[in-house]
Amino acid sequence: MARRPIVFGLLAFVIVAAAAPVLPTWLVSLATVAFANALVVLGLIILWRAGLVPFGQALFYAIGAYAVALITRYTGMRDALVLIAAGAVLSCLAAILAGFLLARYREIFFSMLSLAMSMILYGVLVKTETLGSTDGFGVEPPTYFGYAPQGHMRLFVLFWLALTFCAVSALLISLYFRSVAGSLAVPIRDNEIRLEFLGVSVDRLIHLNLVISGTLAGVGGALAALSIEHVDPNMSYWTTSGGFVFVTILSGAGSVAAAFVSSFAFEFLKSIAYDILPGTWQIFLGTVLLITILFLPEGIGSLYGRLRRRKPQSMGTA
Amino acid sequence: MLTAFAILTDGLVYAAYLFLVAVGLTLIFGVMRILNVAHGSFYAFGAYGAAIAVGMYFDRGLPVAGGFLLMVIVAMAIGLVLGLVLERGLLRLVYGKDEIVVVLVTYAAFLILEDVIRLIWGPSSYALYQPLGAAGTVDVGALVLSGYDIGLVVLAAVLAIGASFALKHTRWGRLLTVVIFDRELAAAFGINVTLVYTITFVIGAMLGALGGAVMAPKIAVTLGIGVEVIVLAFAVVAIGGMGSVGGAFIGALLVGESRAAAVHLVPQVELFVIYAVMALVLVFRPQGLFTRAQPRKI
Repeated sequence: MARRPIVFGLLAFVIVAAAAPVLPTWLVSLATVAFANALVVLGLIILWRAGLVPFGQALFYAIGAYAVALITRYTGMRDALVLIAAGAVLSCLAAILAGFLLARYREIFFSMLSLAMSMILYGVLVKTETLGSTDGFGVEPPTYFGYAPQGHMRLFVLFWLALTFCAVSALLISLYFRSVAGSLAVPIRDNEIRLEFLGVSVDRLIHLNLVISGTLAGVGGALAALSIEHVDPNMSYWTTSGGFVFVTILSGAGSVAAAFVSSFAFEFLKSIAYDILPGTWQIFLGTVLLITILFLPEGIGSLYGRLRRRKPQSMGTA
Repeated sequence: MLTAFAILTDGLVYAAYLFLVAVGLTLIFGVMRILNVAHGSFYAFGAYGAAIAVGMYFDRGLPVAGGFLLMVIVAMAIGLVLGLVLERGLLRLVYGKDEIVVVLVTYAAFLILEDVIRLIWGPSSYALYQPLGAAGTVDVGALVLSGYDIGLVVLAAVLAIGASFALKHTRWGRLLTVVIFDRELAAAFGINVTLVYTITFVIGAMLGALGGAVMAPKIAVTLGIGVEVIVLAFAVVAIGGMGSVGGAFIGALLVGESRAAAVHLVPQVELFVIYAVMALVLVFRPQGLFTRAQPRKI
């Protein structure tokens, strides 16, 4: 029963990976950033299932990105996997620490405290010369186990790496959603006190979800830093967090695949809108967000389910 | 001693600014449970409107007092129009939805309004320099204080006193308190809650625009001024307790003084001292300093 989504996912993975060399290079680098950001969105979906919306997820995103940038700058280490692992470990540690505080809060208080934490990091980054201050700094192109791709290959290899990270995370997260701990998220949203009476520590569950989502955001930030080849304090500003929440709403909490589709759609729409309507692309984004909330409250992920549900009905009436 | 006095006065001026932008936000949250991200747009619209209208007024060489009056009138007009459009046109559609969803609706409105500002006033920056000169300076010992800054502090204090008086001692204020306390019960007793919502939102929008209008002479009015104001106002409101006017007052004082202290003593931490205070307060009193914790519903 659970085999079909995995087969579909594998198929999509192979097709997208094979398509890279024939696609225009701007689309490949756009997709790399989109997939890196999709990992952050995946993390937000984990929290959103439990009814939590952090307005400061850029905290972990920026930690992942800055870990990569600082290591390439101050040590000779260039290996992409080591860099990303460092970003993941650091953001995971940050999430464990932040979680001790954040896991005690719900609703708007959770959002606000998370916002405050990311803004503290922003303040530190802007004011510290050694961290690049307001301009940030560039990131050297990475190597892969000693292999240093040249020209267009640099783009493709990074794209495949991002894609692989996404595929692995998507698989692991869908497994997590099916586990006991993962499926308890929705009851938290519905009625937390009932869950406590059943003997579940809600705070610890939320802490676990936070650490998972923070680590994902760190990996996303690390991949984004490698792809954009630059980091700056805006990666931790509240508007970055707002963008992630935006894509999460677009995708809906229903499905893992929707995170990737909507992240790509978001980046694509953003660059198209920026190209065609340079002065008014935010109007466009805002309108898309409003339409999603008003007419598609469950997100893009619900479209697939809707279509499937509608079919047998129409057949029944015919 | 001089530094201490400078910190005190700088902090007061900054606190006045923070209170002016936070009071509308906390009012709207208290009554409607809406964390209004578009408040930053009200601020920006107020600043642009004042920079243009009041600048034109002073260029004609008309009496100074009228310029300050015009500032307030422009802010009121902008708040009235924007508030009505947003509440009646948009928020009405999402009442009863999740608090977080409504926040995102106001975020969408904020994105749209940011570009509307760009469409109306273009990418250039405006400076409103005349009111600062017109208000003059006051010497206090070795320090020279700007008359405009003193006016700001007085305005904030008057607003704070006026708002708490209106809430406690007028018929309209008491109706508002009832709606804040229990919306359904208020409706059952015949209070027109929809009307209360609309009026509250318009007043909140006016206060946001007023904050922008009176700050216009002190800043460069340019694209993106609303972005920073929102998080600042959030911080103040979260510290004081969301929905509490007295809380916003104390929150603004706390944040204003700690930022001024940071600027004078440890400039490196200036940017994040505000959020550090906010995080610290939230750690010990998640509901803010001035609201009581609500029992969780089973």
